Amino acid sequence: MSVVHNPVAAVSAATGTPSPGGLALTRVTKRFGAFTAVDDLTLHIPEGSFFALLGASGCGKTTTLRMVAGLEEPTSGSITLGGSDITRMRPYQRPVNTVFQSYALFPHMTIEQNVAFGMQQRKVRRSEIRPAVQAMLELVQLADYGHRRPAQLSGGQQQRVALARALVNHPQVLLLDEPLGALDLKLRRQMQIELKRIQTEVGLTFVHVTHDQEEAMTMADTVAVMHAGRIEQLGAPTEIYEFPASAFVANFLGQSNLLTAQIHGPSGADIAVEAYGSRFAVPAARSRVTSGPAYLGVRPEKLHVTTGAVPEGHNAVPGVITDSSYVGVSTQYLVRAPWGAELAVFAPNSGTGGPLQPGADVTLFWHPAHSFLLAADGEASSLVEQP
Amino acid sequence: MSAVLATGPAGDTEYEPPAEPVAGAKRRWWVPYLQLLPGGVWLLLFFAVPVGLLASSTLWDPSGSLETGYEMTWRWQNFSDGLQTYAPQFWRSLEYSFIATVACLLLGYPLAYAIALKGGRWRNLMLVAVIAPFFTSFLVRTLAWKTILSDHGWVMDVLRMTPFFGPDDRLLATPFAVVAGLTYNFLPFMVLPLYASLGKLDPRLLEAAGDLYANPIKSFLRVTLPLSLPGVVGGTLMTFIPAAGDYINAELLGSPATTMIGNVIQSQYLRVNDIPVAAALSFILMAGILVLVTVYVAVSGTDEVV
Repeated sequence: MSVVHNPVAAVSAATGTPSPGGLALTRVTKRFGAFTAVDDLTLHIPEGSFFALLGASGCGKTTTLRMVAGLEEPTSGSITLGGSDITRMRPYQRPVNTVFQSYALFPHMTIEQNVAFGMQQRKVRRSEIRPAVQAMLELVQLADYGHRRPAQLSGGQQQRVALARALVNHPQVLLLDEPLGALDLKLRRQMQIELKRIQTEVGLTFVHVTHDQEEAMTMADTVAVMHAGRIEQLGAPTEIYEFPASAFVANFLGQSNLLTAQIHGPSGADIAVEAYGSRFAVPAARSRVTSGPAYLGVRPEKLHVTTGAVPEGHNAVPGVITDSSYVGVSTQYLVRAPWGAELAVFAPNSGTGGPLQPGADVTLFWHPAHSFLLAADGEASSLVEQP
Repeated sequence: MSAVLATGPAGDTEYEPPAEPVAGAKRRWWVPYLQLLPGGVWLLLFFAVPVGLLASSTLWDPSGSLETGYEMTWRWQNFSDGLQTYAPQFWRSLEYSFIATVACLLLGYPLAYAIALKGGRWRNLMLVAVIAPFFTSFLVRTLAWKTILSDHGWVMDVLRMTPFFGPDDRLLATPFAVVAGLTYNFLPFMVLPLYASLGKLDPRLLEAAGDLYANPIKSFLRVTLPLSLPGVVGGTLMTFIPAAGDYINAELLGSPATTMIGNVIQSQYLRVNDIPVAAALSFILMAGILVLVTVYVAVSGTDEVV
């Protein structure tokens, strides 16, 4: 088995040559006793980008953020910001500010005093602080709340104060530690748009830690998917979604149907694979491996379900509908393939007929360009539905 | 909240709100009063009534005695007499208890800070160590200090080896001994409110202060100290008030030159038997402390104590 793409190679491919102003982590490792939270992480975040670190809890994304903020010290490796080494600097010496998950607003100060805190510590002249604070409160639409205390504000308002308190200092990098986690869904969507707007407006580098894949995809220019202290894949949201680097990414970011397959070899611009006795084609450009065992992946919304004929040039699998749930914009089907595994299908409700009922014999088909081929490593096997 | 209800653990079974509490007239309005009753009766019998009796005894004619009885002559002069005669002792009490309170704060704050924020798994053990002296009587502990500071105790032996202490210098029976005794005895009353206050401090606020360019000293002054102010106010009150009225420390560790107002009141009641003046002195002390405390709490601007 030869691996064409590995995540580390993808890092430099996605971000290009390092820009001088960016944030760079070089071979950073952080251990807590025997536990390795961040494992030999190398990462470059270009200046002015909106970068998301995406992963499940415990994957090391918050530890990475805290090391950039100076709240944790790396066990080994180095962190540079704009070319200067900040690895061992105290938090208060770094031109970096954080929006904490808990907001950590000072309860004994007014909103104005909270926002002014950083500038006061940096000994900015008083005559400059006042207008800067006021302008920042206007930016986060809290201009009339300056004299209130944090406890008198709603969660969403407190979140915006935390953002203003960090942004007013014009840090070289703004770190956001799951800042929207405590908000309800509607407010979260609203704040996502708001944050993106502010980032475009002020043009600072944002590093956003989140476990919400939708949040990462809608807001960030570049997403790094972290797993077990390492980066699994890094790239633009569409890139990661359309062509995941590993089975973990394929199922962490959205959902994928993964079929256990054996690679037969190239046939023209495609690679021919065999899965459960059937032959399928995958474009060579969408293959992470060229030989040996592999996973053939297709996203549920890329699968079409039909009771009629399969169009020319598509891969097809017969099946029986076992479950159908109507969710308005689409219908989600579970279709049992001949080898016993169930495949998920999201079909848009754009036709004139009603949804298909469970028990119906159907054919699933997809365009080869919608499928991808991944290395079948041991760790990923638990993510693949076994017959 | 609504999201919790909608997707609650019950799933698709319908959520049934709890029955509305019976409203208005049917509510038993007298229940809270019933709950107040035992404590209220206790306070009435053993606090309000004695204070009333004490108040009336301040105006008795001091020429009476316990044997012959006292006459109520509305003699307001008892107050001015007491104040004039014992003004030095009043000032000394305030001075000693003020110094002891400041000393308790200076000793207690770092201690409470260490226990609350750096205690880790030793936290409970350290708290027990702070409270442990209470297992021994106040009197016995103060007597122990008398031994420690005595002219032939080891403390003096060591101090006499330094050039600052001559053979005739002593610690016992000095203002220092009285203030040291007060400080020692009331230190736990300072530490516990401070600990309670500092224990509530969210360490993430200190991280935020550091992230916002505040060095550790600035973080302490701008975040830790203001947020522990209720503990400072509570602790200083719990130290100053009893220390101002204390007479044990001055009695056992002091000399006639270090007499505090507590000693005067005690001897007026029990030795001189001048009950009207003793009562008047008690009231002056009480009123004085009340005024000081009111001003102090108002100036420090905390709504909650501890």
